[in-house]
Formats: sequence, structure tokens, C-alpha cells
Amino acid sequence: MDADVLIVGAGPAGLTAAAELRRLGVPRVLVADREAEPGGVPRHSWHTGYGLRDRHRVLSGPAYARALADAAARVGAELRTGCTVTGLRADGDASSAVLTSASGIEEVQPGAVLLATGCRERPRAARLVPGDRPIGVLTTGELQQRVYLGGERLEGLALIVGVEHVSFSAAVTLAHAGARVTALVTEHERQQSYAAFRLGAALRWGVPVWTSSAVTRVTGASGRLAAVEVTDLAGGKTRTVACDWLVFTGDWIPDHVLARSSGLALDAGTRGPAVDTTLATSVPGVFAAGNLIHAAETADIAALSGRHAARQIASFLAAAAPSAAPRVPVTAESPLRWISPNLVGADRVAPSLGRFILRAAEFRRLARLAVRQDGRVLARSRPLRLIPGRPVYLRASWLTRVDPGGGPVRVGVELPPAGSLCVTGLDRPRLGEASGGVAAVPGDRRADRGGRRVAAGAAGARRPDPPGRRRAGQACGA
Amino acid sequence: MIWDVAIIGGGVVGTAIARELAGYRLRCVLLEAADDVGTGTSKANTAILHTGFDATPGTLESRLVARGSALLREYAERTGIAVERTGALLVAWTAEQAGSLDAIAGKSRANGYTGIRSVSVAEVYEREPSLGPGAAGGLWIPDEWVIDPWSVSLAFATEAVRAGVTLRLGTRVTGVSAAGDGGFELAVAPGAGPVRCRFAVNAAGLASDQVDRMFGGDGFTIRPRKGELIVFDKLARPLLSSIILPVPTTRTKGVLVAPTVFGNVLLGPTAEDVADRSDTATSASGLSALLAAGRRILPGLEQEEVTATYAGLRAATEHADYQVAAHEQYVRVAGIRSTGLTASLGIAEHVAGLLGEAGLPLKPRPAGERAAPRMPYLGEAGPRPYQEAERIAADPAYGEIACHCERVTRGEIRDALASDIPPAGLDALRRRTRAMNGRCQAFYCGAAVSALFGKAEFPAAGAREAGEGRGR
Repeated sequence: MDADVLIVGAGPAGLTAAAELRRLGVPRVLVADREAEPGGVPRHSWHTGYGLRDRHRVLSGPAYARALADAAARVGAELRTGCTVTGLRADGDASSAVLTSASGIEEVQPGAVLLATGCRERPRAARLVPGDRPIGVLTTGELQQRVYLGGERLEGLALIVGVEHVSFSAAVTLAHAGARVTALVTEHERQQSYAAFRLGAALRWGVPVWTSSAVTRVTGASGRLAAVEVTDLAGGKTRTVACDWLVFTGDWIPDHVLARSSGLALDAGTRGPAVDTTLATSVPGVFAAGNLIHAAETADIAALSGRHAARQIASFLAAAAPSAAPRVPVTAESPLRWISPNLVGADRVAPSLGRFILRAAEFRRLARLAVRQDGRVLARSRPLRLIPGRPVYLRASWLTRVDPGGGPVRVGVELPPAGSLCVTGLDRPRLGEASGGVAAVPGDRRADRGGRRVAAGAAGARRPDPPGRRRAGQACGA
Repeated sequence: MIWDVAIIGGGVVGTAIARELAGYRLRCVLLEAADDVGTGTSKANTAILHTGFDATPGTLESRLVARGSALLREYAERTGIAVERTGALLVAWTAEQAGSLDAIAGKSRANGYTGIRSVSVAEVYEREPSLGPGAAGGLWIPDEWVIDPWSVSLAFATEAVRAGVTLRLGTRVTGVSAAGDGGFELAVAPGAGPVRCRFAVNAAGLASDQVDRMFGGDGFTIRPRKGELIVFDKLARPLLSSIILPVPTTRTKGVLVAPTVFGNVLLGPTAEDVADRSDTATSASGLSALLAAGRRILPGLEQEEVTATYAGLRAATEHADYQVAAHEQYVRVAGIRSTGLTASLGIAEHVAGLLGEAGLPLKPRPAGERAAPRMPYLGEAGPRPYQEAERIAADPAYGEIACHCERVTRGEIRDALASDIPPAGLDALRRRTRAMNGRCQAFYCGAAVSALFGKAEFPAAGAREAGEGRGR
């Protein structure tokens, strides 16, 4: 089997890239996905809010997944599902991939490869939560597949770990499946999703958020989950909470297995493959897009990342020889956790949507991002608010000022000047932070009856910025 | 029905005894309280195929580990159970520990294992370049290997069942009374009538002292010693090539880092005496102690993701040696602490001998009535079904990967469901196939694998034969 481009993963990024590559005239585009159906995570996210920024309408997850798959197939991309890429050899001269499926083991030699393998939530074991190992402990991903794809009922009491957008999505799924959510638990001192989500959850199901708290022990009885110990991180007090289901949400990690085992350089921050603004990895001809390089953004952001990659891949295929110029690393400094993309090439191509994506480890108000290279300030952002787990966007207008022969570009945080009075309206996202949840969640909650009144208004006020245009009247001092 | 022998306990020791006795013209029953074989200490250990180099010379343990080790190596080869010949590097981290290495090597020779040799600090780092700084010397033990621990009990039980042994799962012995002819009547729960037998073997592991008292014994008490372990992501596997052992103390073999045949890296165990025989919970203190030890031994581990954590209980007693003895028509097999997996076949042979001396007639069955089963290969070193083009061509279900992290196919899950001892639950399915044991812990495949488990669309038997026929 032959292909000009092999795309690994038929989620929003992979499918959008496939359609765009065909539109740009690349003849043979093959998309391989190991699941039985294309679409990625949206397949099992049955709420609305998908497609806002890439398809300019609002769809449910499954409808969005179908729309993307249909769009790719319609323009002639070949979609292979139930097909796992079990090996990838990429050394710069040629790539070769091994595809395993019910029809056997095949080798493909594509002209370029796009890795779009997405991300997943860290499970309980990876978070080192001690205790028994009973049935009833899961992630949102498993929960949603069991409920929405498997039609399972989960009755009893549930506790959710995490208070990100996806955590509220888990709450909706649990309610749909028949469980009653006791609380959402977060180690942070406040929740990280929109106030409207929390209010919606509180209004509809009376679900409280327990802040500064952690699940510190899991207790089973006869092999099933019976209770968990919740510790108040401020006072150190513990209490036992009876529950039948414990759902670990968020805490995303890119599915980087194929990238890492084929020898691509990884970024220490994102833990996905290191990519430049053209989404090229450390191996010429191998690109990466979507939540593999920024875990986790909303599905539409992942899709647009796929479209950006497709355009760069088309240029790569058309070019006589790939550029061998060294690339300048871009690093995020504490309290920032990571930045994506994390390299700048000599051509200084603008990234997807003209901006970099960052994550913070701490809550901060009035934080300015400062971009420096070799001590020189390339840019400063307006003051913005940092919330762990929520995206921070940084316009890439400073790219032209990067010295291609210089040292690493460092992005850090500058604290507000003492005595700053600028505190009004800071509960809103800023600097282009758009609405829309994480990949597994909706952009708004209009589908949920109870949440509707609250959320619809909030979503209206938080319509995303079109690329390149900044929202007026939101930034402090604007 | 009066059984010739009732074996109480279906762990690796009990199943090995059942398998051994299945070679004779006997009617045997194997009673296991849990819903599967090998669910106690046998499933939660370090999965090392020991040489017995560090046993106490002259003990029964020393002898049975040496014998069992030889037998299990051969048996694993015959049945296709995954083994990796990793060897072990025992590392001394202080001058004092380095000074004890000669004594350890001497003890090894006294145990009959002569493959051990001392290695220089340079060779230590040559063998394990990722090792943390500060090694002061080492010993190389080439015959310490790693093995698939789950398939061992299952293979023994499968062989026994195929040769006519009756396996009764979910059957707990609650009392013993004497019957005529020196035999016993075992009361069992739940519900069913008593089990009559002429000879009884107590291989009840963590409950062996309780069962022993039912038979009138009072020679020992089980003092469970908990061991917590951490399993690291397969991506950590290149960090080491052999088992890395510490210098043992009198109490424990210490915290080791070892490859697993499944392609992961194992760190552990802790050693903590606990009162509760069912307490297999991990603890914050145990896990953080292990991580600290791991950081010193193999600093690269710190960057790697944890795939699983678990704890097992060693069935230790107040005595240093195994507690294996016959009393008329009753044989107790207890105190098999952490070497049971390696010693199992040696113990079984020894127990059969004791039963013979006690008057059990041991008439061998004709050859062919008992045959070693071929087990599904669960290792990472050899080809797995998804890597075998011919197998997929013959049966496409082996090309349909259901569990992505562990690359378990729908065909393997189907085979496990149709096997001689089918899994009673998802955990039992995990131990037979590795499904859902990977880094995502069922994020991707939990729903799909559960659906396969719950579905009856799979042919009940003979699936593989049918598949092979089709491929011709």
C-alpha cells in the first residue's frame, strides 16, 4: 500500500488535516485509526458545543465526529479504522509504517507522516492514589465510552476528582447513567472551569465543589469501590466518603507512545513531540498536530492545528529539499508548565491561529507574559489571568524579532506592579482565551436543561475571538 | 464420592500439587475460596524465577527452590509461558555491603548454585549504564530470570483439570472432622455438602494456619508481610537490562528494580508486617518510600509514568523455613513466603512423596493422560498474535487490537473466554490476556473489553482449531 501522507489518528486533527491535504491536491492521503469508528474523543462526548471555530456551527460530539469523517471521505481521503499503526521507522530519508488490522500486517512508505494520536487522562495509578484496587475507579474517557457507546447504567454515588471543564462533562455523563454525584474534588483552592459550569452543576444536581481537598485513599469491599478518604489539604483533616464510582478527570498526557518509540525528540513540557511552528518534529517529514502537542485543547482547536499541519505538509512535499537550518527552542518558565509549539525555525512561519498555547501551574491574576531571547525582551502581553488547566494564548507577533542564530526563547511571567488597582472584571478569561472546553467537553452547556439559563448567557458573553482580532474592553486597562 | 486427595488452596503451590497428583491414578479435588486460581500471593509478587542463591543453606526452602527452579524453567519452555533470561545484578551501595559480597557468593555455592560471580564497579555500570551513582561492587547471577507469574498457576490448574482433577472455585473450607479410614470430612461454604476425602493437603497460603488448626495443628501462625510494588510504563524498559538486586537483609530481600516479561519495569517490594490477611492496599508512605529508593537505584525512573501500583502479602510465619510436614493422612504446606512461585514444582514433588509415605498409593497414569498445556504467550520479547501475519491471515480476530496499550487482540480475549478455566471476572481476564493492564488503565479499551467479556457471540470452544482450518 502506498500513500503520499499517512495520518495516524482519525480524531479532529487527523480528519481535518486529511480533508485539507486533499483540498490542496495531495493525491493519496491515508488516515489510520485503531478504533472501530473515526472521530476520536468527540465520538463519546454526547453534549453540544463542538465545531464552533472550525465548522462555524455547534454540534454534538458524535455529530461533529461524523461531519469530520464525512468531509474527509468526500474529498477522497482513505479512512482505515480498526487499523493500528504498530510501528513507525522515521530516520529523515524515508518513513515506513507498519499497519496491523484484521486484514493483516501491511507496510506503508509515505512521503510524510502526521501524528495526530491525541491525549488521554492520567488514571488513578499514575496519580499514585493509594489504597485498594476495587472495581468502580475510572477516567472520564472510560466512563463516557461505557455510558454512551456501551449503554451501561452506573447507579449509586459518585465522586469526581478534578474541577476542569471535563470534570463537569463527567458529571453530566454520570447523571445520564443514573449515578448521583456527591462532589467534585480539587487540590486547588478554587475550581478551574467557568463559574457557570459550577453554578449549573450546583443548580441542577446540587453538586458542591470541595476545594483544597484530595482523595488520599481508596477503599474497596468485596472487590467493589466502597469509600474514599478525602483529606483537607489546608487543615490536614480526613473524612471518609461513601461512593460507588470514582472518576479521575483531566490531568492530560499526550498519547506519545508511537512518537517516542520511533525516536522523535519530545518536549519536556508538553510531553508530546517537540514541534516548530510548522508542526515539524525532530525528524524531517514527520509532523504532529492536535492534542498530541497540546493536551488538551478543545476539539476545534485541535482540528485547526490539523489544518495548519496539512498546509505545512503540502509545502514540505512540494519543496525540493527540507530545510536543515537549526531551530531555536521556545521554553516556558515556572509558573508556566509548557508552551506549544516549542521550536522556531529559520523561516519563522506563524503557528496555527497565529498564536502559541501555554498552560500555567498556578492561579495568577494580572500576570504579564514576557518573551525574551538572550536577555532581550521580544514582547510583553497584556495582563492576564492564569488558571491551571485552562489555556493561555500568546500572539506570535514577536516571531519576526527572533534571532535565528540566537539562544532559546524563554517565556516567563512578570508579576503586576505593586499597588495595581486593576482588579475589576478579572473573573473573565482574557488575552484571547476563548470559550469552549477541553476536547472531551462542550463549549457551552446549552444541552443541559438545568444549566441552560446560566450557561447560555455566559457562553454568549464569551464568544471566541476570531483569529488575529482581540476582544475589546476585556483586558485590564484596555 | 470419597476423594483420594482434597487440596485446599488454589494458589501456585496448590495448583502445582494438583498437577503433580494428576500424574497418578487418583481422584483429586482442588478447593479454592476465590473465584479464580492464583489470586492471592501468587498474583502479586515480583515475578522472579529465582536460583535460590540467597536461601539459607541446608533448609527445605533451599532444596525445594533449587529443585523447583530447574523444573519450572523446563516447564515454562514446554508450555510457552513467557520467561526472560535477564540475569540479576546484585549491587552493593556501601563499603560495608561490598564487604559482604564474598559471603553472599559463598552462601550461594553452599546452596548448590555456582553460577554467581563477583563483578567490578566498572562492570556494574557497563551492564547497567542507567544505574544511579555510588555503586561499590556487585555480583552477577546469570540465572535469575523473570517470568509471567499469572500463567504459571493457570497452566498447572489447566493441566490438572484436563487430566481429571476437579476444580471447585468459590469454595471455602470452614471446618474439618475426622471420618472413618483416617480420612476427613471437610465442611465447605457456601452451601454445598461436605467434601469427603482420604488424604488432605493444606496449601491455603495466608489462611494456612487457620486451616491447620481445623486439622488439630498449632505449630505456627501466619504473620502476613505486605509488599507494595510500583509498575512503570513500558517506555521505561530501556533503562535496564537485568534484575537489579540490593544486598539482602535477614528480614527481606530488599527493594529491587526488575524488568517484567510484559515489558514494564517493576520497583519493590516494601516489607511491612500487617495484622489483616486481606489488607492488600497500597499506602502513601509505602509508595513514596519506593519512589525514593527507585530514584537512587535508577534515577531515570523519575521521569517515567507509573502504570500500576499493587500490594501482595507474603505468607510468612514465625519460623524461618517452609512449614511442610505430614501428620498421618494430612499434609500441611505452609510458610512459603516469597519463593513459592519458583519452588512450586519442587514443593509438589516433595508433597507427593510425603503422601506416598503416608500410605497414598501412587500408581502413575499411562503417558499421555496428563499433558502440559500450551499457554498463550503473554510476554513482550517473543511474537504476540498481532505481530504474526500468518495467524491473522488464518483468523482475522488476531489482527483486531482491542486493548491498545498492551496490544491484546479480540482473538486472544475470545480464546481466554473459551479456555478450560474461563475467567470469572474482568480481573481474571486481565491475568489471562493482559487486557486493560496498560498505561491507560482502560481509558481507551475498558468499555470495549467489558463488552467483549459480556457478549456471548464468541464460540464456546474449538475457536482456534476452526480458525486454523479456515486458513488452509
